[in-house]
Amino acid sequence: MAEHNDYLDMQLLRFTTAGSVDDGKSTLIGRLLYDSKSIFEDQLDAVESSSAKRGLEHVDLSLVTDGLKDEREQGITIDVAYRYFATPERKFIIADTPGHIQYTRNMVTGASTANLALILVDVRNGVIEQTCRHSFIASLLQIPHLIVCINKMDLADYSEEAYQKVVRQYKDFASKLDVRDIRFIPISALHGDNVVNRSKNMDWYQGETLLHTLETIHIGSDHNHIDCRLPVQTVIRPHNNKYHDYRGYAGRIAGGVFKPGDDVVVLPSGFSSRIKEIHCFEESYEEAFSPMSVSVTLEDDIDISRGDMLVRPNNQPKMLQDIDVMLCWFNNNGPMPRSKYTIRHTSNEARCMVTEILYKVNINTLHRMEDDKNIGMNDIARVRLRTTKPLMVDDYSDNRITGSIILIDEATNETVAAGMIKL
Amino acid sequence: MRYSLTHLKELEAESIFVLREVYAQFEKPAILFSGGKDSIIMTHLAKKAFWPARIPFPLVHIDTGHNFPETIEFRDRLVEKLGVQLIVGSVQKSIDEGKVREESGKNASRNALQTTTLLDTIEDHQFDACMGGARRDEEKARAKERFFSHRDDFGQWDPKNQRPELWNLFNGKKNMGEHFRIFPISNWTEMDVWQYILMENIEIPSLYIAHEREVIWRNNSWLPVSNYIKLEESDKPEVRKIRFRTLGDITITGGVESDADTLTKIVEEVAAARHTERGNRADDKRSETSMEDRKKQGYF
Repeated sequence: MAEHNDYLDMQLLRFTTAGSVDDGKSTLIGRLLYDSKSIFEDQLDAVESSSAKRGLEHVDLSLVTDGLKDEREQGITIDVAYRYFATPERKFIIADTPGHIQYTRNMVTGASTANLALILVDVRNGVIEQTCRHSFIASLLQIPHLIVCINKMDLADYSEEAYQKVVRQYKDFASKLDVRDIRFIPISALHGDNVVNRSKNMDWYQGETLLHTLETIHIGSDHNHIDCRLPVQTVIRPHNNKYHDYRGYAGRIAGGVFKPGDDVVVLPSGFSSRIKEIHCFEESYEEAFSPMSVSVTLEDDIDISRGDMLVRPNNQPKMLQDIDVMLCWFNNNGPMPRSKYTIRHTSNEARCMVTEILYKVNINTLHRMEDDKNIGMNDIARVRLRTTKPLMVDDYSDNRITGSIILIDEATNETVAAGMIKL
Repeated sequence: MRYSLTHLKELEAESIFVLREVYAQFEKPAILFSGGKDSIIMTHLAKKAFWPARIPFPLVHIDTGHNFPETIEFRDRLVEKLGVQLIVGSVQKSIDEGKVREESGKNASRNALQTTTLLDTIEDHQFDACMGGARRDEEKARAKERFFSHRDDFGQWDPKNQRPELWNLFNGKKNMGEHFRIFPISNWTEMDVWQYILMENIEIPSLYIAHEREVIWRNNSWLPVSNYIKLEESDKPEVRKIRFRTLGDITITGGVESDADTLTKIVEEVAAARHTERGNRADDKRSETSMEDRKKQGYF
């Protein structure tokens, strides 16, 4: 048994899956949870009795991932569900999303925080429209790692030839993607081949199992540790005797490494100062980096409030009022000409309008549609926004935090769109 | 491992970020404090998030009257130590005022009655954000919950019409009369919570640690004998060494037999556990979707 303090070395990996019931996504998740002993006996009992109630002969592991009443009744995933499991190496958070095009917004949501995407391909069908869609979303949201699981190998006699054919097909298509790290694994989620345990049916496969890959894939450089960015969430002022003059600028580091003694510039004001101390509670840090939540004190008393950003003098984000974004639309009502939205970027907020729709993207082919500029639910489009004040932005591919925005409808308060900034 | 956080540190950083967002985005937020480990963790994280200032939220306890005495002692000590305000919403008062009617019978509990008291307390104090210690790994309806969960005028949850939540951009905008439930430790599991309690050496009620107690065997768990449950002739009270994995009302919280009398042993026991922690909660067993149904009405 593992030493009880091994957990102090564990890392967190967030991954997303997309798919419909038929392609084995739920079975795969059920298999990962089951084989890593993350399903409890009472959950399994519930799944067994649901399976029996539906007249199934075997225990349907996909029922483990069932969520809301409607989803159970219809046998589909609608909303993003988060699942958790852990091995002695890592803790995993799965954002389990539907795969159908009408739920693009849910896939985008699940992908926004993921380090890794699992793409499932049925070896009998090869690369289909849905495979392309999931891969494009992963690429668009800049998920650093992609694992293509070629599933249902049991139905193709565990044939290497069948597997290689799909790999070639996927690689052809993947040349259009902007993903650094793509890996392929032949699996059978139903029987467990190469999921947690190495398959005895595919001697020709020399690579790692899925779980081993998830446990060992290098995620240390997924955060930006170069460009220093600290969006200020709030200012901590204790007003007590011991800390009478304490002014802590609290926030979660969005990029780079901050150290006491560093020169910093406050945006948008442009005032400069030097970092005195970096804290979280009573602990004081020599270095602080993304994604740490800290509180920073400065040598000089300057006016800083929520929405401001601390950066280094020689490495600053762009201050822009006209911003190009790749927008994913989430609402039934598309943007009307000149209608205003609240735009949220890090801890900052402004108003904005869509001034130009450059083109829409066909999410199945990545083809640009320049003649269709009507944006509706689940559409992805390149647009230009005009904001009421300059925002301190980076390109989304450099920084997923300072490069992302959401739009909020001022009448309904709904989040109507999410955007990735293109500089 | 340079410039990389452990999973507990990353979860901590995420929760602190959420707590600070709540402070910045809302006018009158509160922490829903049950005295259980999850609300204790949340309060601990709030202490860290705003140090060296005090926690800028009151603690709200929805008191069913059916408490473990240990929980109330613990609550009062913590409140004094942190110097925060405590607000108690009393289910007994809701019963006395005729707003709710008490259940009767063998498995009667005040669990469902809490929703009315909770919503009344929120309205009386005009809280616009209530932070709860619910976690997504606890229960299938909770797996679909947002960090910032919107509630309408009636305090209801509409799971089919939730706001998309991307990156770490949280939308807490609302109309008058509406409020938010916020779940800062959404991404923690039971194991994470225990490991964190051990790592940070956080004080918890003694109920979580194995102790001898008079219990009866009911609904597949050891239910504590108290003034609030009706003993039937078939109930045979006996003394067992047990501990509780969750803390709710004394009438519905079953214990498990255990020798885990230190935090380290508890972590080991949780790692080896083959049942979910809420498996001993009678409130979840009423139907397959009892949590979803209660949540829609405004439950925690």
